[in-house]
Amino acid sequence: MSAPVPLPAWADRLLMPLLALATAALAAALLLFGIGENPADALAIMLRGALGSGEGIGFTLYYATNFIFTGLAVALAYHAGLFNIGAEGQATMAGIGAALFIFAAEPITQGFLLIPIGIVGAMIFGAVWAAIPGWLQAWRGSHVVITTIMFNFLAAIVSVYLLVNVIGKEGSMQPETRLIADGAQLWTMQAMLGALGFKSPSTPLNFAFVLALLAAFAVWVLIFRSKFGFHLRLIGTGNDAARYAGINTQRMIVLAMALSGALAAGMAVNEVMGVQHRVVIEFTSGYGFVGIAVALMGRNHPVGVILSALLFGALYQGGTELAFERPAITRDLIVTLSGLVIFCVGALDQLYRKPLAQLLARREPG
Amino acid sequence: MRVHSDPGGTSPPAIVFDHIDKRFGAVHANRSIHLAIARGDIHALVGENGAGKSTLMSILFGFYQADSGRILIDGQESKITSPSDAIASGIGMVHQHFMLVEPMSVADNLMLGHEGGFALAGGRKALLAKLDALARDYDLTIEPDAIVSDLPVGLQQRVELLKSLVRDADILVLDEPTAVLTPGEADRLFALLRDLKARGKTIILITHKLREVMEIADRVSVLRQGACVGTYPIVDTNEAALAEAMIGRRVHMPERADTLADDEPLLTVEALCVRDARGGMAVKDVSLMVRPGEILGIAGVAGNGQTELLEALAGLRAATSGSIRFKNSDISHATPADLHALGIRHIPEDRLRYALAYPFAVWENCLIGADDEQGSLIARQTVMGDAARLMQAYDVRPADPLLRAGALSGGNQQKLVLGREIEQRPRLLLVGQPTRGVDIGAIAFIHRRLLDLRAQGVAILLVSVELDEILRLSDRILVMQEGRIAGERRAGETDERDLGLLMAGIA
Ligand SMILES: Nc1ncnc2c1ncn2[C@@H]1O[C@H](COP(=O)(O)OP(=O)(O)OP(=O)(O)O)[C@@H](O)[C@H]1O
Ligand SMILES: [Mg+2]
Repeated sequence: MSAPVPLPAWADRLLMPLLALATAALAAALLLFGIGENPADALAIMLRGALGSGEGIGFTLYYATNFIFTGLAVALAYHAGLFNIGAEGQATMAGIGAALFIFAAEPITQGFLLIPIGIVGAMIFGAVWAAIPGWLQAWRGSHVVITTIMFNFLAAIVSVYLLVNVIGKEGSMQPETRLIADGAQLWTMQAMLGALGFKSPSTPLNFAFVLALLAAFAVWVLIFRSKFGFHLRLIGTGNDAARYAGINTQRMIVLAMALSGALAAGMAVNEVMGVQHRVVIEFTSGYGFVGIAVALMGRNHPVGVILSALLFGALYQGGTELAFERPAITRDLIVTLSGLVIFCVGALDQLYRKPLAQLLARREPG
Repeated sequence: MRVHSDPGGTSPPAIVFDHIDKRFGAVHANRSIHLAIARGDIHALVGENGAGKSTLMSILFGFYQADSGRILIDGQESKITSPSDAIASGIGMVHQHFMLVEPMSVADNLMLGHEGGFALAGGRKALLAKLDALARDYDLTIEPDAIVSDLPVGLQQRVELLKSLVRDADILVLDEPTAVLTPGEADRLFALLRDLKARGKTIILITHKLREVMEIADRVSVLRQGACVGTYPIVDTNEAALAEAMIGRRVHMPERADTLADDEPLLTVEALCVRDARGGMAVKDVSLMVRPGEILGIAGVAGNGQTELLEALAGLRAATSGSIRFKNSDISHATPADLHALGIRHIPEDRLRYALAYPFAVWENCLIGADDEQGSLIARQTVMGDAARLMQAYDVRPADPLLRAGALSGGNQQKLVLGREIEQRPRLLLVGQPTRGVDIGAIAFIHRRLLDLRAQGVAILLVSVELDEILRLSDRILVMQEGRIAGERRAGETDERDLGLLMAGIA
């Protein structure tokens, strides 16, 4: 029943996540030690793999792009008091939307115009897929946590059906579309840096990373500087102040979910238009779920989301290297390690709040 | 500073606050408070809003840690770092906002945290035995299987008190217990407190009602701006002296001038019926009207439909039948946004639920329901400047717009809401319990503001359970009883006794 122990902002935003991370690292070290690996070596391999080369950095940032988008999606909904667990499904549908819009526009143009068309298609599909659970909560009282989970399954089924029966590549047994036109493909980072006269290795990193950073800035302005965001946060406080203030709360819930879904769509833009250049089945690979941890660790602030997305990006890339170099360490162990990070950061991070507050109080008396 | 110790001088005081000091950032909430509470006393603690009363009690109860100073219990220094330490030291607290789990039964609430093992049956049996004993010792019966949310506020408070008693607390702290009680419930509470005292319990009572202090306390301590400015035996003091000690000057209550209201009503309500949250009919066939430049007071014992009436008028609760008109437009189904556009503003009874967002800064709270002239982007600097001016003008302390609204003391929150709504230049102001939990200086201030508005031709509908407030401010008075209008009186033609009879449904 006691109120959350107050901490200075710097301790809350920086020290607590770092402590949680350290806990995760310790647990991971024990785990690696237990299977007979040297944790220090493993860490070195991961760091080298994630940050030690241009290629590693490219991959890290490519993963981070996905996490920024899905993390922002979760964070934005969270400010409205909505727990959107459906970024995965929203991104899945957004991929379909991007492809449908691009394929529909290809007969008319093959040029760069396809890029905004594809992005708009993705955002519309992602937004609608999220707005439906929002609508169900606002007018029917069904909780978005439940409905967005169900919509993830629905999206998986619908996308398989569409990929197999409607927009699949003709004459192929693979549940995937044909390639999108060259004009619809986002510029790779290699090409962009090349245009500026820099040489860089070939990685999946592409223009979507820039879009992700822009999206983070836009979300910051929206939530913390705009009237819309003020209303959104007022709803998120959960009391009746929003109604008292004359805000149409039902409409705002639908809008908040729609925006959240549109952000999740960014991940589909990265994968479909930036990397794979087609829609492949299950291209979302769980990035939508990691977005929940990213938002949690980033304290639902866009800057925090970027930082924790970079961390998870490095973890993914470093983990891949590790699995590659050490046969004893499998892909599953990497999943376990990221699970540890999510657990420590998401569930355990309040563990240190009280002792930390007491420590700080003792240090600066009066 | 005068500190009276135990008259006999034999046993140590139940509690000594030994130079307790506490700051919240720039706010010095407790300044080296030194205070002894004698065993078996009812010790009142008074002071302006923000004087530091709740903070001192929160330190005693382990919610906050003092920056320096000690707490001695029965002469022993005791380290209280959490509410469970406090309970173990025999301290019980009745919070102003009850800490009860509303959907659970009385017995479940009382057992919470003291279940006594894995199986609940044993703990429940022990609890029922204890409740029996308490019911025998004091006049304190309660139905253990009643659901808390179904109980009236007075009984909920009893559950809160029982929570301490079943854990054998000898020292009871009550933070503004009568603010939410009807006069009858308050009398019953005081009878109980006297009983508890007779059995040797020590009681600390925080209140803004000096009349209560004079009625029940043995001693009273006055806090001013975080410091204890004196402790007096009740026989050596009086209401006026206490008020002056609290505020440092005399308080003058404003007088209502005889302005004549227009004849055309601004607000007309006809045959209004409204249901409460549980579906029962709370407002039955109420008709009324308010004219510009007039204050219509709605008196009544809390829970007789005033809350629902106010919420219906403010667009927060749908009426089941009847009509509400503002001038010539029908506003029976208007939303709060529609009402704002017409110049109808609302200062709600429940500021915590409706009027404020605790986690937000004060300047953001100044925008709640008041951001129509903002563009898509909020003009932060302007708003912050306006907020600072508003805090000055309405005496909201500390006047820092960056502070969280939840960090303001109760009375200062009330002044903030009042200021925000008045600054919206209302034509009709709906006001619920404007001075609940507010100190006398602030009451005078709020009354003056409401009377100023009246003089400017604003129509005001005032709901209050405080009869002196109703009598002092209203041009006309309606008394609500069981959802109906039990009677109407003009100012000057009635008094507390007359209204009291109407409220009780006798006249
Ligand atoms: N958690 C907090 N953070 C910052 N300031 C606080 C906090 N709690 C209290 N304060 C400040 O400390 C001062 C004392 O507050 P406190 O709640 O003790 O007053 P009070 O005497 O109980 O007033 P009231 O009669 O209005 O309830 C106030 O200025 C208040 O704004
Ligand atoms: Mg208080």
